Amino acid sequence: MKKLVALFSVFILLSSFLPEGKYAVGDKAVDFKLKNIDGKMVSLADYTKAKGFIVIFTCNHCPFSKKYEDRIVALDKQFKEKGYPVIAINSNDVTQHEEDSYDNMKVRAKEKGFTFPYLYDESQAIAKAYGASRTPHVFILQKSGNDLVVKYIGAIDDNSDDADAVHEKYVENAVNNLLNGKEADPSMTRAIGCTIKWKTS
Amino acid sequence: MWYKILLFSSLVVALAVPEIKLVSFAQYQNLAEKKNNDTLYVVNFWATWCKPCVAEMPYFEAAAKKFGNEKVKVLFIDLNYPREKEQVQNFINEKKVTSEVYLLDAGNPNNWIPAIDSNWSGAIPATVMFKEGKKVFFREGDMTANELDSIIKNKTGLK
Repeated sequence: MKKLVALFSVFILLSSFLPEGKYAVGDKAVDFKLKNIDGKMVSLADYTKAKGFIVIFTCNHCPFSKKYEDRIVALDKQFKEKGYPVIAINSNDVTQHEEDSYDNMKVRAKEKGFTFPYLYDESQAIAKAYGASRTPHVFILQKSGNDLVVKYIGAIDDNSDDADAVHEKYVENAVNNLLNGKEADPSMTRAIGCTIKWKTS
Repeated sequence: MWYKILLFSSLVVALAVPEIKLVSFAQYQNLAEKKNNDTLYVVNFWATWCKPCVAEMPYFEAAAKKFGNEKVKVLFIDLNYPREKEQVQNFINEKKVTSEVYLLDAGNPNNWIPAIDSNWSGAIPATVMFKEGKKVFFREGDMTANELDSIIKNKTGLK
């Protein structure tokens, strides 16, 4: 019986280290090592001077992702120097949308003048670990010692259709709050978006 | 002669395909969520730009036909922008969709997505079912024809 309990404890302990499947605000996020469009591998640990990150799961084909490309570039320009760079990740299964292929990521990034890494999560492990479900889906992380703490999950703002008609800039407000030592408010929002295209096998 | 056939066939299509209506969130709720009766309301959230949504639409149409004489009603709630209404109408005309289609004109999605289901991130497709004023099913993501069929059977007791 004792052995069984011990075995079970080990199991519990092990499972707590595995990707959870869905982060909530306050959870610790895993770092990753993913291939950027320039062929180099990128980890969040590479950014020794960053205070945190604006991690955005996005892709090429989704009309909502396209609508937000310019706004994502603007966020990176606004916050990179202040310590919160944008890290964009494409996790989509390429077989469902050829437009989302690694080669097309390079093309899209060049066309739109991406100023941030655009990483290819080919195994989809990072999207699964974070619990990203749609594109675009934002996770703002804040460094706390050696940890990366999730501070905001959700949409970029409250109007996907028209950047000029936005009332609330969720991500901008959240990062400004974090820079001022406050918490993101709201810390979680929802928006209509494309599902992340999961591999079936 | 040919133009008469053309005129007639477009009339038939016009009669069979419902006209899409814009609905507020409260109006949407009255369509299914607040219907306090023993009909199973199968509500599918979709948009013309959403490939998996468009792929699963025939399954919902097939279910509507199969269970059409029973207490099962399929509703499509379109999440295109309201300004795209005509484009959506053209789409459902072309696809000859026969179930009712509504375009949700409800403003900031962050205000109404959690009211539909607290687990919904907003990714589509998504499907919700109501019976006797209660939510009996929610799914974020697409479904196979068999899955949809067995869920409807499970919730209604139909065979």
